[in-house]
Amino acid sequence: MRLIVESGQKNRSCTLLPELSVPEYRMEASLLRGQELHLPEVSETEISRHYTALAGRVHGVNNGFYPLGSCTMKYNPKINDEIAAMEGFSNIHPLQPEYTAEGCLEVLKEAEEILTEITGMDAMTFQPAAGAHGEFTGLLLMHAYHTARKDSGRTKILVPDSAHGTNPASAAMVGYTIINIPSTEHGLVDLTALKAALGNDTAGLMLTNPNTLGLFDTNILEITRLVHEAGGLNYYDGANLNAVIGRARPGDMGFDIVHLNLHKTFSTPHGGGGPGSGPVGCKKNLANYLPGNRVARDGENHYLLQQEESVGRVKMFEGNFLIVLRALTYLLTLGKEGMADISGNAVLNANYMMKRLEDTFEVAYPGVCMHEFVLTLEKLKEETGVSALDMAKGIQEYGIHPPTMYFPNIVHEALMLEPTETESKETIDRAVDIMLQLYDKAQNEPERLKEAPINQPVRRLDEVTAARKPILKHSDEEHCETCVE
Amino acid sequence: MGSYILNTERDKREMLLEIGISSVDELFGEIPAEILLKRELEIPAGRSELEVKKRMQKIAAKNHVFPTILRGAGAYSHYIPSIVKSVTSKEEFVTAYTPYQAEMSQGLLQAIFEYQTMICELTGMDASNASVYDGATAAAEAIAMCRDKKRHRVLVSEGVHPQVIEVIRTYLTGVEDTLVLIPCKEGATDMDALKEEIGDTTACVLIQQPNFYGIIEPADEIGEIVHQTKAEYIMHCNPIAMGLLKTPGECKADIAVGEGQPLGLPLSYGGPYLGFMAATEKMMRKLPGRIAGQTTDIEGKRAFVLTLQAREQHIRREKASSNICSNQALCALTAAVYMSAMGPSGMKQTASLCMSNAHYFANELCNLKGFRMEHKKEYFHEFVTICPDAAKVLEVLEEEDILGGLMLDDHRILWCVTEMTAKEELDRVVDILRTYQGHEE
Repeated sequence: MRLIVESGQKNRSCTLLPELSVPEYRMEASLLRGQELHLPEVSETEISRHYTALAGRVHGVNNGFYPLGSCTMKYNPKINDEIAAMEGFSNIHPLQPEYTAEGCLEVLKEAEEILTEITGMDAMTFQPAAGAHGEFTGLLLMHAYHTARKDSGRTKILVPDSAHGTNPASAAMVGYTIINIPSTEHGLVDLTALKAALGNDTAGLMLTNPNTLGLFDTNILEITRLVHEAGGLNYYDGANLNAVIGRARPGDMGFDIVHLNLHKTFSTPHGGGGPGSGPVGCKKNLANYLPGNRVARDGENHYLLQQEESVGRVKMFEGNFLIVLRALTYLLTLGKEGMADISGNAVLNANYMMKRLEDTFEVAYPGVCMHEFVLTLEKLKEETGVSALDMAKGIQEYGIHPPTMYFPNIVHEALMLEPTETESKETIDRAVDIMLQLYDKAQNEPERLKEAPINQPVRRLDEVTAARKPILKHSDEEHCETCVE
Repeated sequence: MGSYILNTERDKREMLLEIGISSVDELFGEIPAEILLKRELEIPAGRSELEVKKRMQKIAAKNHVFPTILRGAGAYSHYIPSIVKSVTSKEEFVTAYTPYQAEMSQGLLQAIFEYQTMICELTGMDASNASVYDGATAAAEAIAMCRDKKRHRVLVSEGVHPQVIEVIRTYLTGVEDTLVLIPCKEGATDMDALKEEIGDTTACVLIQQPNFYGIIEPADEIGEIVHQTKAEYIMHCNPIAMGLLKTPGECKADIAVGEGQPLGLPLSYGGPYLGFMAATEKMMRKLPGRIAGQTTDIEGKRAFVLTLQAREQHIRREKASSNICSNQALCALTAAVYMSAMGPSGMKQTASLCMSNAHYFANELCNLKGFRMEHKKEYFHEFVTICPDAAKVLEVLEEEDILGGLMLDDHRILWCVTEMTAKEELDRVVDILRTYQGHEE
């Protein structure tokens, strides 16, 4: 398919703006760009058709099942987007007087009140734009806490080996040394290793619970207690909150800081990779360190409160406001009765799917799972040569987005499945039937799976050349000989 | 209450039977009894879609939408073409995840590749990433690309947006003392102070173009000073101004970053916006976050894929170039559609309208008694005036439904004029102030 810069004609354009109504101001030539500006020269018709064609080559939650583990690809309700598009929210300048943005402040305050109750925290900031940004913010709170106590030797962050890659990366950004804590054969935190790692150099622990294997750590109270006893703080990576929402709260598990992914648990769309929102909640003793402004309530009215001990801003203005607004719309729709229904159905769907697959596929950690589970295709690969990647590519041919591949890192040939609560039994049954067929195919026609997918816009890609000789932008010299109209 | 769950009671019974248990609660048996929530959450009860919509409309009505906006300072009111909203509300783009499965995400990957191409065109740089959270985090990430043990000092012009500086300072937690602010002189970065501070421990120099006060910085001269010391040069740019001004590429910047919000994103009370980041080929492999690259499939057909992933957190963990995972993909798509709709002529026209309207308004304002420009330097679409009572001026305008400039102190107002306000509207603003001054006398 053509690129948009390869479409159109010289001097073709859309008519969008009026003529000048004031005298033209001309700047000194030495300040002006000499370089030509090569942007597409296209009509509105061409833009519309181009992007419609591109959209036809994308699989979203709206197109079909998306059991991408760890990403909570639940349905994104349409009312959320409609509310976010209202002029009364979308056309508000972030620096307009507070009393003219009362509605925005109310949204932030109400979202804070609901989400702190859900997580068992006392205060929350909406500045962070994504989960990883929330982790960074949470670690800054930890840093501020220890600094304020003049407890300066705490340089280490403990992270289980099953953790998301963002955890160690975020800790490194704050200057912490990362200590990996191994998992037991049952996939839980190894308490002996944890005890050995804890000391007066421990700043804190980062944990996802349930973890990325889909397992709830039964020792959670002991884990958080041990960290506290060593003088550290406990950080909850909220990526997997969908599993326990309305049933258990990180605050009651002993966590001091929590980040949420509004684009996972709270139904805001992923947008092809963002924008998300990663609010950070914390206990009272850390609230003064939260970044940016906080919203305070005074009777019916709200105002912004500058934080004197704040760790500093992590983003301009008040965060990804329209994403918070979408999440609030979702929270108000589901309400208190709806929260435990989310986790109940998410976990039910995952266990049902795992149960139907487990006689054929090997489950990495058998037993009851939470909202997601991990298969290991190690044996299948040994027997047939068909890898987790091949299986994923085979799944694509049926209009289902493949599960997360090769994560968590501690499971070989991993496929991680998270059906979410917004899928039906029929959808799951169909996906299971397809996977069972593909398993048979792996035994009988493995070469066919190695060729998959054959019905997508492109076949498998040459990723090695892409990384070795990167082409990251279009060049005018290139003629599209291989692209299909 | 609303719900998006599909399982009926019958479905649930069948599923529980298959699993071999009798209730959903049994699935939560691993959670210690002490932490199982034994009460209802204290949050509002669920509502129907109709009720929620009415509630949200009520909240929205508590905000005031100003029909005339003369305030910028990091968030800009521009015309958003209808095609932009139409394209960016396509559900496939809205509801997809990061394009990990390239074969099934070609549309998205191509759209990102097109965005990267346009950002490189606009900035005159070699390589762009797929976006970061906003202009401020883009600046902070750019600084992280430059620092190492030997070169650790970070020189930032005081002409950079104060909130951007705040974010940079936060990102430098633990090594705050490496941040040095270079003062402004007559509204632009003080070159003598820069020469004084720069040295062989300087990692990078960051300026904003046009700067916070609207002034056009001598960006090419600054570039020369920076490169004499082999430090890296980062320019934080307004993308609309780039349609007209000498590009970061032409000014020999090593990294160009900026706030992409003016490219088709609504004001949205501050977010979501778009951090764009582009670099020279030399620094390309240090860029944080997602990058789409062109390749071929096994049949030789052109195709696109996320590339240079060896930089990223899911591979490198604590050794990654950044922790970024989610970016602002849909906002990047928005910017690409905006730039396509505008084309080269529309981008230049927008910049020219902004600049001409701003200069007209500045002249008219300064015909008012007691008003004068703070600086004499060349500016783009923002400028600072000095007047007797800034608060009163803004209050008078607000009563007439006009959001005036940003008050910097009792006497200084930072104005912004874009293509959205033409002569008639600007004249009205000046008339209102003139009438007010008449009454005062």
